[in-house]
Amino acid sequence: MAERVVITGLGVCAPNGIGLDAFGEAMASGKSGIRFISELKQLEFGCQIAGEPLLTDNRINRYFTPLQLRGLNATGIIYGVLAGTDAWNDAGLPKADAETPDWDSGILFGTGTLGVAKFREAIHLIDNKEVRRLGSTTVIQTMASGISAYLGGILGCGNQVTTNSSACTTGTEGILMGYERIASGKAKRMLVGSCSDSGPYVWAGFDAMRILPRNYNENPENASRPMSATAAGFVPGSGAGALVLESLESAQERGGKIYAEVLGGAVNSGGQRGNGSMTAPNSEAVQRCIIEAVRNSGIKNSDIDTINGHLTATAKDALEIENWSRALDRSGPNFPYINSFKGLFGHCLAAAGSIECVASVLQFEKNQIFGNVNVEDLHPEIEEQVDRIKIPLKTIDYTPKILAKASFGFGDVNACVIFKRFID
Amino acid sequence: MTKDERYKKLKDIIKIYLPEDVSVANISMESHFINELNINSANLVDIILDVEDEFDIMLENEDMERMQTVQDALQIIEGKLD
Repeated sequence: MAERVVITGLGVCAPNGIGLDAFGEAMASGKSGIRFISELKQLEFGCQIAGEPLLTDNRINRYFTPLQLRGLNATGIIYGVLAGTDAWNDAGLPKADAETPDWDSGILFGTGTLGVAKFREAIHLIDNKEVRRLGSTTVIQTMASGISAYLGGILGCGNQVTTNSSACTTGTEGILMGYERIASGKAKRMLVGSCSDSGPYVWAGFDAMRILPRNYNENPENASRPMSATAAGFVPGSGAGALVLESLESAQERGGKIYAEVLGGAVNSGGQRGNGSMTAPNSEAVQRCIIEAVRNSGIKNSDIDTINGHLTATAKDALEIENWSRALDRSGPNFPYINSFKGLFGHCLAAAGSIECVASVLQFEKNQIFGNVNVEDLHPEIEEQVDRIKIPLKTIDYTPKILAKASFGFGDVNACVIFKRFID
Repeated sequence: MTKDERYKKLKDIIKIYLPEDVSVANISMESHFINELNINSANLVDIILDVEDEFDIMLENEDMERMQTVQDALQIIEGKLD
């Protein structure tokens, strides 16, 4: 019998709110985190706006020692450490003592690419024949697993400590990987999450692909338009989200707060076959992923009352809705409530899944469905499939019971996780 | 720069690399960076870079290998400054 897995801690460092309270408030009230970034203008980007967490030195200093801060130039590590440490504290879990790691707790914290600014710093030194001037932290700040390594040392986790990477699926996939490790009895607790660096060196490639909006530089808060007829591309974002997953037994033993239960989910790939490609998902794979997630979770299609989509604000949003509709065999007024949080903070890439899962789970806590922004002009193909009332423009009071969240990533990879309001 | 000034500057460099359970007061001329001050060996390269910047000198590989204690470091710095 598999262990039941629950969420006992949340942490977040998002463009529209840092820390659970500020973020929850921002999500409920529809506060945008998308801003004009002068550096992108200077560098003559087409898209000069982004969603980036606004951090103060004061806050950063509370999470890092002065030594860790020396030469720290990896925003993903900063976001990830903030979110991860906050989630751990939120769960009421202690850091391991100086001598003995916590063997029952592990970390699975993903990223796409890490420490890009640090890597750039190193490249300049290397090309200038100054290899010896790199210092000792170039490796740990630029290795993908740098984020799980930093968190592992801060918290003292002694179970599996690793990093997953599956493009924009990373965060949601990581939750399922952590879930499986606990369900199979290999760990009692897994800190799962993901982070993504800020800055031109991360975002430039997307700008070059011409998949970012170019006509909203003076109007950043209206730029990210998931499900809208005028969706013009995704707004690049950054940040980190983190969740403490724990066996129900361990959570109840500790008497900790339980935000929700993770019922299960599925991951798959479309193999870049059919209408799938390196950059677009195969619809059949997406539908199979959702169907399998429902099956693995032991629920019926009709049990899902809320969906948080991937919905990046590109021309593909309508196809995603069609895939949900077909997979769940639900449409019109019978379609579950659906939202995309990217309207408020953009597409946080590798961090998207985890930040959006934190927000999704907060909806259980707040008894709300967070509103969709910039979708007054709903895409006509979406309106054919989903009744408008199921795409709330403002946050509504509602008690979600079962929520499906999916993320899709470059490489034609998919993940879908099912969360349930916790009932003992 | 007097010897005392150099020692003080060196201590200022070292202090950030000390683990939580070692204080600046624990630093003496004889202190061994790794064995006594418990400085992470990976951070020795950072101390060397900081010393180079602070004293505007350049250390060679053999200097780095010889730099085991605070006293060693001061002697190397003095040698370069002469």
